[in-house]
Amino acid sequence: MKRKANILFNLERWVSYTSLIFLFLVSLPGSAQVQRFPKPEFETGYTQPSPTTPEPRSDFMAYVDVLVLLLVMSLAAWFLLKKRSRMGILWLSVFSLVYFGFFREGCVCSVGSIQNIALTLFNPSYAISLPIILFFLLPLLFSLFFGRVFCASACPLGVIQDLVILKPLSLPLWLRKTLGLFPYIYLGLAVLLAATSSEFIICRYDPFVGIFRMGAEFSMIVLGIAFLLMGLFVARPYCRFLCPYGVLLGWTSRFSRKHMSITPSACIQCRLCESSCPFDAIDNPSEALNAEQKVVNKRRFLLFLLLIPVWMASGALALYQSHPFLSRAHPDVYLAELLIAHPEMKENKDNLDVQTFLASGKTMEQLVIEAKQIREKYKTGSWILGAFLGLVIGITLMNLFVTRKQEDFLPNKTNCYSCGRCMTYCPVKK
Amino acid sequence: MSETRKYNRRDFLNKGARFTLALGALGLAGMAVRNALAGQTVWQIDPFQCTQCGRCATDCVLSESAVKCVHAYDLCGYCDLCGGYFKPGVTDLNTGAENMLCPTQAIERTFIEEPYFEYIIHEELCIGCAKCVAGCSSFGNGSLILQIRHDRCVNCNECSIARVCPSDAIHRVPANDPYLIKGDFTAAEQKTWVNKS
Repeated sequence: MKRKANILFNLERWVSYTSLIFLFLVSLPGSAQVQRFPKPEFETGYTQPSPTTPEPRSDFMAYVDVLVLLLVMSLAAWFLLKKRSRMGILWLSVFSLVYFGFFREGCVCSVGSIQNIALTLFNPSYAISLPIILFFLLPLLFSLFFGRVFCASACPLGVIQDLVILKPLSLPLWLRKTLGLFPYIYLGLAVLLAATSSEFIICRYDPFVGIFRMGAEFSMIVLGIAFLLMGLFVARPYCRFLCPYGVLLGWTSRFSRKHMSITPSACIQCRLCESSCPFDAIDNPSEALNAEQKVVNKRRFLLFLLLIPVWMASGALALYQSHPFLSRAHPDVYLAELLIAHPEMKENKDNLDVQTFLASGKTMEQLVIEAKQIREKYKTGSWILGAFLGLVIGITLMNLFVTRKQEDFLPNKTNCYSCGRCMTYCPVKK
Repeated sequence: MSETRKYNRRDFLNKGARFTLALGALGLAGMAVRNALAGQTVWQIDPFQCTQCGRCATDCVLSESAVKCVHAYDLCGYCDLCGGYFKPGVTDLNTGAENMLCPTQAIERTFIEEPYFEYIIHEELCIGCAKCVAGCSSFGNGSLILQIRHDRCVNCNECSIARVCPSDAIHRVPANDPYLIKGDFTAAEQKTWVNKS
């Protein structure tokens, strides 16, 4: 009897199953929101719970972050220019590491904000929030007035490297100049990829955010630790040879109104500060050149000045040629190319992107048209980027032959992070 | 000499460059302000665009994804044979591990009255794999959906799941209305979100 009941029960199940499958077959993918099973009317007085919706960090806190940034940079400027206190900068940097780094978990930072600005300028449908604009703008304005106080005191990426400097090596000029080109390349690529709505590479390859969050994918952590280990001997490797925001800060700091100085009054040429800078950012007094050397320098300067258009043209041509490659950073272009080159991928059930595209009902023609539009943007963007990089290379080479006249030991305003180490070495007080 | 003069050429050029750079920075910021929202935005999944591919579980920067399954109770049919709870093809509707769709036992089933059952998600167990979401959307009302939980999300500048989402289902939404829960809104209703990136 029991067994029979069981069979009947199973039969009932089977019927309900087949009806379910039938229902599934008749319902088209687009009609997922249709309620297949009506909401029951309960007789036992059951009250239906509602899904919980934990609130994100409030908008208000984003403005608090901006305020903290403003305060930290103002204090840093005061410590550097009025108090001439290295200790003040040090403690500020520890605070920023804890607040912007570990508490705020490194997002959004000024370095990454370049991409938000680039994206919103080229894609008006991308709405940017006001604090991000302020994060982009404030450090640049401060840099125009007081030098790179942001790097010294507020940037979590910078201060974590600054705090691990153990035994900094002095790098030869040619190496510094060569590696110093990478930030320009990184900046250019980041702007190009953000402006074409492809991706945010600065954020994706941020080496320290994994450390700040105490957890990330393995490669990210390895990258962060590698940079910190390198930073023991090559001070601030990311800031000097990669940071794209540092390029903008360098430009603004170069023309800063009141940059920190090594000595409070007149330099007595004691040379004590000469090796105090871990970043090789102190310019020594210029060597006296004889008339013949001056003429040679002037000639080379003129030659490299005239070569700048050549550099720009070849850069523009080279990157223009490589725009099909660059444009693969955009997922749509990548997918379109993949499906054209390997039509058999359509049968590959494991490739989620392909399968989702096929299920979306979008035709191959539409995808190709979209991919072509994106590639057109890359076509324009990449020759501009090439010309920009050519200009940077040309100016870097030309600058090697600028005859400058300098009598004292001075911070190089472009490269100086305003950390204040050199001030403590200066014997002149007041 | 030049030092005694009030302005020399170098000062003048420096000042000019300073003004140009300030204008440039302010100009960029000013152009960006045109597109500025009054408030912050956060990332969210549009459940109508979601194709339950499972990348949410693996691609979040957090080692336990910020994406969790959320139950939109309003849409739930309280079925006995729940497509989000049981594996397809299960013959015996009991809580044996071989019958469970959820790999982490994060769904709790409670009997309410004949023939209805309530399903509750235990978020601390949920990994955001979307298996139950796929099951519920295929066989049921689609009341189980994936949502980015903002007590966990660190609100990256570029969401690393959004970057790999095959159906572009992840958008920025205003932070004061941070959830897109089915029933509260429909596919036709366009929220004020902006594009994916």
